[in-house]
Amino acid sequence: MSDPTQPTSGDDPTAAAATPDPAGTSAGTSSVPVEPTGERALADPADEVTDINPEVDIAPEDIGVPVVSEGERLLEVDEVTLRFGGVVALNEVSFHINKGEILGLIGPNGAGKTTCFNVMTGVYQPTSGGVRYLGKPLGKRKKFQITKLGIARTFQNIRLFANMTALENVLVGVDAHHSTGVVSAMFRLPKHRREEAQGYARALELLTFMGLDGKADELARNLPYGDQRRLEIARALATSPQLLCLDEPAAGFNPAEKAKLMELIRTIRDQGYTVLLIEHDMKLVMGVTDRIVVLEFGRKIAEGSPAEIRDNPAVIAAYLGVDEEDAS
Amino acid sequence: MSTTTSTPAARKPTSPGFRERVTNLPKAVKILLWVLFAIFLFLLPLLNIPFITTEGSDFGGVLFTVATYVLVALGLNIVVGYAGLLDLGYVGFYAIGAYTIGVLTSEHAHMSWVVVVPIAIVIAMISGIILGAPTLRVRGDYLAIVTLGFGEIVRLTLVNSEWLGGAQGISDIPKPPGFELFEVPSIDWSSGAPVVDLDTTSTFLKFGINDFVPYYWLALGIISLVLLFDILVKSSRVGRAWEATREDEDAAELMGVPTFRFKLLAFALGAAIGGLSGALFATKAGFISPDSFQLLLSILFLAAVVVGGAGNRWGVIVGAIVVSYFPERFREFADFRVLVFGLALMLLAIFRPQGLLPPRRTVRAKRADERQAVLEEGEASV
Ligand SMILES: Nc1ncnc2c1ncn2[C@@H]1O[C@H](COP(=O)(O)OP(=O)(O)O)[C@@H](O)[C@H]1O
Ligand SMILES: [Mg+2]
Repeated sequence: MSDPTQPTSGDDPTAAAATPDPAGTSAGTSSVPVEPTGERALADPADEVTDINPEVDIAPEDIGVPVVSEGERLLEVDEVTLRFGGVVALNEVSFHINKGEILGLIGPNGAGKTTCFNVMTGVYQPTSGGVRYLGKPLGKRKKFQITKLGIARTFQNIRLFANMTALENVLVGVDAHHSTGVVSAMFRLPKHRREEAQGYARALELLTFMGLDGKADELARNLPYGDQRRLEIARALATSPQLLCLDEPAAGFNPAEKAKLMELIRTIRDQGYTVLLIEHDMKLVMGVTDRIVVLEFGRKIAEGSPAEIRDNPAVIAAYLGVDEEDAS
Repeated sequence: MSTTTSTPAARKPTSPGFRERVTNLPKAVKILLWVLFAIFLFLLPLLNIPFITTEGSDFGGVLFTVATYVLVALGLNIVVGYAGLLDLGYVGFYAIGAYTIGVLTSEHAHMSWVVVVPIAIVIAMISGIILGAPTLRVRGDYLAIVTLGFGEIVRLTLVNSEWLGGAQGISDIPKPPGFELFEVPSIDWSSGAPVVDLDTTSTFLKFGINDFVPYYWLALGIISLVLLFDILVKSSRVGRAWEATREDEDAAELMGVPTFRFKLLAFALGAAIGGLSGALFATKAGFISPDSFQLLLSILFLAAVVVGGAGNRWGVIVGAIVVSYFPERFREFADFRVLVFGLALMLLAIFRPQGLLPPRRTVRAKRADERQAVLEEGEASV
């Protein structure tokens, strides 16, 4: 109930500290047609940086886990059921993710998408069933251990370290595979210096890739909304994940920004990452994903290529049905 | 697609703050300023500067007390300011440090001070781990309650344990071994102008019972070491992990930070520094009893950190000085001490809720917020 990862609770302190300002993100770029939505754009020219630098090499570093070859199974969700008291948030959900693909996880609000992420990243233990990663069950591993194994995520409600700089946020991610402790730091031992140098280099690369290098020293909470979303992705990439899970990264974006983000996700995949993408907007997912899994009321109702999903009557019914409920 | 690069310089506020101005000084000037400042601190108890020097009580002794508070505040800042853990029983570690000295140099053994101080640090650290290991797994308010209880349990144990001297405490704690290198003269202001007084001197470094200045020097040296340690550790992976944990524990964990381990580390380091401060206190006092370790002291320690600005080491030093020096300087108002203190805290909460010297992050954030407000008012029409 009081778990802060509960996505439906809107009182996330980090999100509150953030400045939700969907208009001030990429609206400054001249090529983007300004939507007649009445949203104001921030006049500060420094907030205009939006374009990514796809040529920067951000390939995942070797983190000591077995590298799976392209197309093989990276992660399997196996008959996972999760109950919250009476609520069955996930009901015998099974699907798998292949190395190198972009898998879409879609479904109406409350379908259990975020909960699925939470099970995969160790936030919740499934009531029954389990998750297999690189062929081995995740079991009762702790959250940080799962991250070290190569599963990273972003959050539906932005959860940056609001009072740390953009660079520091990313550094925390890089630090996941470092081991500098008090003694190394205190005596500035070679390990500290090596890890620090390597960490800064990688963090700066990631920020440059995301087009955030000019804002490395800005506090995360002072970044425009769109930059915050990108910074979350950079921070997750910093942990060199085998599997990158993005929870509605386009939430709050206008259509042009959404399209750009999808391009970014494709670029990330091309740099050697496997992506699991939660997205509410079905049309958007169609263009970017290789395969799609559809959830409704905690159940998987469909799985297949975008074309198959588009024509699936159950999916259409689910989306239409819930949209009507939402409207009431 | 064109890539616009932002110019961070253009975003800098027009009037540089104190910090920026200091940072921009040439390196040689900076070093010189630091050396001058260090010499000033070293000579402070002997300068007898009017108004600053306490009239009623020995200034060397007052400065020593201030120094122990500074040390305590630096330790507690790691726990409260960096890791964001509310510790209401810090006096417990202070007491453990002091009693280790008492027991091992006077009550039950006569070991050398030089050997016992590291033991005191280690025992305080171990007690921090023992207290932290079960409690740091639970979130938030529990920790405050458990630590509050811990402080009281330590005190009650001291009162009730005959082995630890009971309510009478432990006396005859020996002085640390000294060496007499040189004498430092003091300044006499009785003629209205400063005159070097060669008759009233303090010996570096002789630990006596009348002159407390050498104890102050000892504390000053230890503070420098702890400060250096603080700076080095904070500006590393460890410091970032603490900050991330404080900002959002779940998110930190999901970014690969073993949050429990780092919280326990902060707790253990804080406890160790608390134990060290207690050991210093016992050394100078020569006598300790459970009365020296009341709950109020925990509150004062915490006040030092919060008043100064939790998370900023320079801030908490200022906080410690405020909390410990002013009551000594204005002893004539001793009857109203708590009243004035409460009033000051209220005013502070209203006008400077982040403390006197808030951490840089807060300052930067505030400045950026202001900038944003200006922009939104449309004043920045380019
Ligand atoms: N911690 C929790 N406690 C109780 N119910 C929860 C919790 N987390 C999620 N749920 C419920 O599980 C269901 C699925 O939620 P969620 O995974 O957030 O959906 P989605 O992300 O697809 O919009 C919802 O009915 C939600 O209320
Ligand atoms: Mg969700």
